[in-house]
Amino acid sequence: MSRQLHTFPGGLKLATFKHLSDSEMAQQQALPERLILPLQQHIGIPAEPVVRIGDQVLKGQVIARANGYVSLPVHASTSGRIIDIGDYPVPHPSGLNAPCIVIEADGLDQWGEITPTHEYASVDPQELQTVICECGISGLGGAGFPAHVKIREGVDNAVDTLIINGVECEPYITCDARLIQEKAQYVVAGTRMIGHAVQARHCVIAIEDDMPASYQALAELVGEDIELVTVPARYPAGGEKQLIQVITGKTVPSGGLPIHVGIVMHNVATAAAVYRAVTRGEPIISRYVTISGNVERPRNLQVLLGTPVKDCLANCGFTDDGRSKIILGGPMMGMRVRNPDIPITKTTNCILIQRHEPAPPALPCIRCGRCAEVCPVRLQPQQLYWHAESGNFRAAQSYHLFDCIECGLCAYVCPSHIPLVQYFRYAKSKVAETERRERGAEYSLTRFLEKNARAERLRADRARPLPPDTSQALAEKRSYIEAAVARSKQKKELLQKDQADDD
Amino acid sequence: MTTEYSSPPHLHDGTTVTGLMAKVGLALVPGLLIYLWWFGSGILIQCLLAVSAALLCEWLLLRVTGKPAMYLKDGSVIVTALLFAFSLSPFTPWWITVLGISFAVVFAKHLYGGLGYNLFNPAMAGYVFILLCFPAQLNQWPSVGVTPDFSDYLAIIFSGHMSTGIDALSGASPLNHMKSQLNNMAMIPEIISNPIYGTIGGRGWEIINTAFLAGGLWLLFSRTIRWHIPAAVLGGLFGCSLCLYISDSAIHVAPFFHLFSGGTMLGAFFIATDPVTAPTTALGRVLYGVLIGIVVFAIRTWGGYPDGFAFAVLIANMFAPLISHYTTPPVMGQEHL
Repeated sequence: MSRQLHTFPGGLKLATFKHLSDSEMAQQQALPERLILPLQQHIGIPAEPVVRIGDQVLKGQVIARANGYVSLPVHASTSGRIIDIGDYPVPHPSGLNAPCIVIEADGLDQWGEITPTHEYASVDPQELQTVICECGISGLGGAGFPAHVKIREGVDNAVDTLIINGVECEPYITCDARLIQEKAQYVVAGTRMIGHAVQARHCVIAIEDDMPASYQALAELVGEDIELVTVPARYPAGGEKQLIQVITGKTVPSGGLPIHVGIVMHNVATAAAVYRAVTRGEPIISRYVTISGNVERPRNLQVLLGTPVKDCLANCGFTDDGRSKIILGGPMMGMRVRNPDIPITKTTNCILIQRHEPAPPALPCIRCGRCAEVCPVRLQPQQLYWHAESGNFRAAQSYHLFDCIECGLCAYVCPSHIPLVQYFRYAKSKVAETERRERGAEYSLTRFLEKNARAERLRADRARPLPPDTSQALAEKRSYIEAAVARSKQKKELLQKDQADDD
Repeated sequence: MTTEYSSPPHLHDGTTVTGLMAKVGLALVPGLLIYLWWFGSGILIQCLLAVSAALLCEWLLLRVTGKPAMYLKDGSVIVTALLFAFSLSPFTPWWITVLGISFAVVFAKHLYGGLGYNLFNPAMAGYVFILLCFPAQLNQWPSVGVTPDFSDYLAIIFSGHMSTGIDALSGASPLNHMKSQLNNMAMIPEIISNPIYGTIGGRGWEIINTAFLAGGLWLLFSRTIRWHIPAAVLGGLFGCSLCLYISDSAIHVAPFFHLFSGGTMLGAFFIATDPVTAPTTALGRVLYGVLIGIVVFAIRTWGGYPDGFAFAVLIANMFAPLISHYTTPPVMGQEHL
C-alpha cells in the first residue's frame, strides 16, 4: 500500500463490541405477513404511489415512482396484494406517522420482470445513473441520500477519487463487515461500476484496520484498478468528511460537498446494491441489518425492506423486560424508537437493544474542554452550548453550529453529562426557523411595498384629468346616443297612448 | 420497554464532575502527608475548618439561588476549600480561614452564578481577600526545625495565643526571608547559608513541592488535567528566572529555587488548572500558563509580596475569555474561507 494516510482532528477510540455480531453468517429473515414500505426512505422528496389498494404486485415491481430529481422509487419487496396506502409509524425521531404502502405477502415471493444491463463498461455513464435511480438505490450507510444524485454530480464534475466507504466506525454495527465478507465480489464489482459511472480516476475501498477478515475477502478480488486502504479505527473515521481527510488529506469546505474537492463517496452496501441493479436489474428490496446489544443472539440478518423491527428482534431472542430501549443505528448517532412495529427501511443498518440507564442529571458546564479535544470538526462545543443554552442562536451560528456533524463525541466525554447534541440540534432548528420567518417577513415586505407602489400609480392615474375629446368619433357617438334616446322616448309615448286607449 | 426519554449518544465514557474532583482531592494526598510531617497537624485543622465552612456556605447559597441541593455532591466546593486551606499558613486564626472561604464561595463563586460561571478562581479570590485584609497573620510560618503539636495548633488557631507565645514557633517563609534579605542588599550565597534553605528551595518546602509535583503528574497521567497549563506555568517561571539568573546570579535566585519554593507546584498543577476560569483552547491554555508564570516571577522579584501565585492566577483569569476568543482554532473546512 503506497497511499500516505492523514488524520482528522479529535476523534476517539471507542470500545467496538463488534465481536458480538461479526462472527456469524447473516441469516435470511423470514418473510413477514405484512410489509410496510414508507414512501420516503431517502433524503429528498417522497415517492408517489402508482398502485391502488387491492392491486396484486410482484416482487421488484415499482409501487411508487420517484417524484422529481432528488427522489427515488419504492419497489415491492415481495409479491402480494396492496392492502393499504396510508399513514403508519416510521423510523423517525418524532415518532410521527408517515405515508406508507402496505403489502400483504402471498408467500410465493415471485419476481416481476427485471432486465439486466449487460456489459456495463460499454454503457454510457448517464445510462448507468438511470439504472441506479430506477432501482431505488439510496445511500445505505445511514443518511440515505439518493445514489444517482451523487453519481450525477460526479458525471458533471471531474472526479479524482471514488471512495467506497466500508469504515463502520460506530460501535456494535457489523452489517457492512458481514456484507464484505459474504459478498466481496459484489462490493468490488459494484465499485468498478460506480467508478465507471462517475468516470473516476482512482477507486478506493476503505475499511478499518480492525477488520482483518474483510480485508482478506477484498484483497483477493481488488485488482490494479482498485486501491484497498485500511484506516485506523477511530470514531468517527467513517464520517464522510473525516474519511476524505484521512484518505486524501483534503478538507471538504464548510457547507460544501465532497465533489467540490473532486471526490465521490458511497457506502460498500450501496456498491453491492449497484452491482445487483446493473447485472441483474434487481431493485433494492433487502439489506443487511445488525441486531446487537442486549439480545440473546446478536447477529446480522438479511431483511426484506418493510419487515417490522419486532420480527427481527424476535428472531434474535429479544425479550422485553420493561427496561430496554430500541435504537435504530449505532449507539453514538442512532435514534431511539418507541414503536417496535416500525419497518426496516433502506437506511436501517442496525437495531441496538440497550438497557436504559437513566441519565444522571446534567451539571453546569465546567469548561474542561474535553468536548473540544474530541470534536472531529474542531468546534468549540462548550461555546456552542453556552450560546445555545442562553437562546443566543445567532452567536452559536457564528461558532459554526452548522458544521457540527452530530457525531456525539462531545456528549460522550462530557463530565457534566450535558446532552450537547440535543442542544445543537435544537439550536439548528431554531436558526432554520428564524431564517424561514425572516424570509417570510422579507417576502411580505416586498409584497407590501409593491402593493403601495401599485396603489400610488393608480391614484396618480386617476388624478390626471382626462384629455378633452374633440374627435369626430365622439360627435358621432353623441349623435348616435341622442338618436337612441329619442327613439326610446317615442316608444314610451306610444305605449302610454295604447294603455290609455285600452282603458 | 421503557418510555423514559433518551437522546443520542446512547453511550458515555463514565467521567463525572464528582469523579474529576475526587481525583484532584486524591492527588493532594502526597502533598498533605509531607505537609503534616513537616509542619504538623495545623493543616488538618485548616482543611477541616475550610471544608465545613465551604459546605455550609454552598448549601446556603444553593438554597438562596434555588439550585438543586444535589449540586453539593459535585465536590467542587470541597476542592476549592482544600486548595484554599493549602494556601494558608497553618497558624491562620480560625475566623480568618472561615471568612476567606466564605468570601470565596459566596462572592467569587455563587454571586457569579455558581459552578461553571465564575470568572475568578474562588480559592484564590478568597485567599487574596484575606491576604489584603490581614497580611500579618498570614505571613507567620512554623520555624524550621519546629513542629508544633496538635494542642499548640488548637491554641494558636482558636485563641490566637499560647503559653510559649507564637513568636517562638514562627518565622518568615523562605520566599519572604529571601525577599527581605535581598532588599537589605544581601547576596544570594550568604542568604542561602541560612538553615531555612535546603538544597534547591526552602527547607521542607522543596519536599512539599516535590510531593505536589508527584500528585500533579498523576493527574496528568490519569488524564484529569492536560499538560498545557502546568507546563506553561513552570516554563514561564523557569524561563524568566533563568534569564535574570544568567545575567546576575548574586542577586537573582536560581530557576529551580522558584520551582520548588512557595506554592509553585500546588499552583501550577492544582490551582491554575481549574478549567472554569482558564481558557478552553490548547494554545490559549499555554498562553494563560505562561502569563501566570511571568506574573508570579514578577511579583516574587519586584512585587510587594513574597509569593504571587494568587495574584497571578486572578490576573490571568481576567484574560481567560479574551485568550480563548483569540486562540480559537479554525473549524474544519473553514480554513480557506
